[in-house]
Amino acid sequence: MIHVDHLTKYYDDFCAVDQISLNIEKGEIIGLLGPNGAGKTTTLRMLTGYFAPSAGDIHVKDFSVHDDPLAVKKLIGYLPESAPLYKGMLVYDYLSHLADIRGLSSSAKEKRLQELADMCGLRGIMHKTIETLSKGLKQRVGLAHAMMSDPEILVLDEPTSGLDPNQIVEIREIIKKIGEEKTVILSTHILSEAEATCDRIVIINKGKIIADGSTRDIKASNGEADTIRIEVRGANADELREKLKAVVGVEEVDLADGDEPPSLRADVRCQALRDPRADLYEAIKTTDWVLTDFHREAKTLETIFRELTREN
Amino acid sequence: MRQAMLIFKKEFKDYFISPIAYIVIAVFLLITGWLFFSTFFIIGQVDLRRFFNLMPFLFALVVPVITMRLFSEEFNVGSYEILLTMPVTFRDVILGKFFAGVAFVGAILLPTVSYALFISFLGELDWGVVTGSYLGALLLGSAYAAIGLFASSLTRNQIIACILGMVICGVLAIIDKMLFFFPQSVLPVVTYLSAAVHFENIAKGIIDSRDIIYFLSIMFIGLYATHLVLQEKK
Repeated sequence: MIHVDHLTKYYDDFCAVDQISLNIEKGEIIGLLGPNGAGKTTTLRMLTGYFAPSAGDIHVKDFSVHDDPLAVKKLIGYLPESAPLYKGMLVYDYLSHLADIRGLSSSAKEKRLQELADMCGLRGIMHKTIETLSKGLKQRVGLAHAMMSDPEILVLDEPTSGLDPNQIVEIREIIKKIGEEKTVILSTHILSEAEATCDRIVIINKGKIIADGSTRDIKASNGEADTIRIEVRGANADELREKLKAVVGVEEVDLADGDEPPSLRADVRCQALRDPRADLYEAIKTTDWVLTDFHREAKTLETIFRELTREN
Repeated sequence: MRQAMLIFKKEFKDYFISPIAYIVIAVFLLITGWLFFSTFFIIGQVDLRRFFNLMPFLFALVVPVITMRLFSEEFNVGSYEILLTMPVTFRDVILGKFFAGVAFVGAILLPTVSYALFISFLGELDWGVVTGSYLGALLLGSAYAAIGLFASSLTRNQIIACILGMVICGVLAIIDKMLFFFPQSVLPVVTYLSAAVHFENIAKGIIDSRDIIYFLSIMFIGLYATHLVLQEKK
């Protein structure tokens, strides 16, 4: 569906996007993830034809953004970051103007406007000026704007940034609903969002792709070495360490004072793809220590993201 | 072309949503009305010559105010990104916005037709000259609008766009009064550059292709320069 080939963008001599290559299949919901300034927005802007790439090309279906930008723009619905819509216009006028530019006939336009009003919950605000809307409502108008011509590809730049938790859930629901039929590409720096909405995650840092795959794949490929946290009362440090080290599958034990001294806390790092919890429990059972905490700290996307995007 | 037409419609409508349009029209009518009629009865001639003589300089101040928002506002709000990711070309965008500006110049001129109607009761008015003058004023306003559009494409700050437009248009308007600053050898060139000289020719009722070509060239240069700026911004 979308084929990104060695895409590069320079701002003067700053390289914002560095030779990104990517294939996106029809029907995927892709999350472009990265810290601020990683090149997410620049990539999306090149995809939507707002910026011209310094090098490389993007093909959407059979059209190149370089040779046939108009055809590409027709296939894509785009919501830029923070939905910079025409402020002074009424919601209805704005969407109607857009429908005209997108080439809808006047009967199709009325029908589409009704559909979008239902889908994005715009019924009550059609005759309000855009600048008087709250951020969440504006974002919904932006979504309607992006979906106007029922495009096959939807590109959303930080669709939930600056919204309150309720609005985030609402927008997410809408995106998921759209994603059932369309290819959706969204950028975000909120990991839980990518995890909740996307089939596939592409992590970008400093203009390069550093991870690409489903949430599961990314977690697995980054060596799912879980940590098991144990807290006991009544043990002495050396004894505890010895006991835990003796268990098969344990790689390292970090000891610290527990939350409620005199308890001790042990962070047990396990070898990859091993789960020594049963054995650990057996080991502790043989002593007369009091077990106050015992749980696995699964590696979240959050930790992986931080590891991948950390300096050096 | 359909797209350009749609953009034109939107931009032209936009003028009348905000109060700026009405203020500009009112101020323009106030100034021209006062400057023209304060001496009209003293001189006692039934023509609009002195009204149209105000145009080159007055338009240099008014037209950039009209055109300043066309691009600057979009850059500033960020809606330019939305505009460009719609299936439109630069040509559609530029022509749509330019003709919206030109149409608004027309909307400013329209009420002044009442001046002509009014004085035509007082004596014999040469309607041929008046028609030529309006045509000239429209050409002049369009040329300035192209320059103003170019100024607007350079910056996201409307005030800067406005002042820049005023400076360029102002130079074209008064350069023929500054001839004594230039060496003898370049005088024909400088005179040719003057918008006022060409406008006065047309306003006299003499439709000369040289004058028309002058205004069309200014429009073309302004619009083409805008195109280059937008291309560069990509």
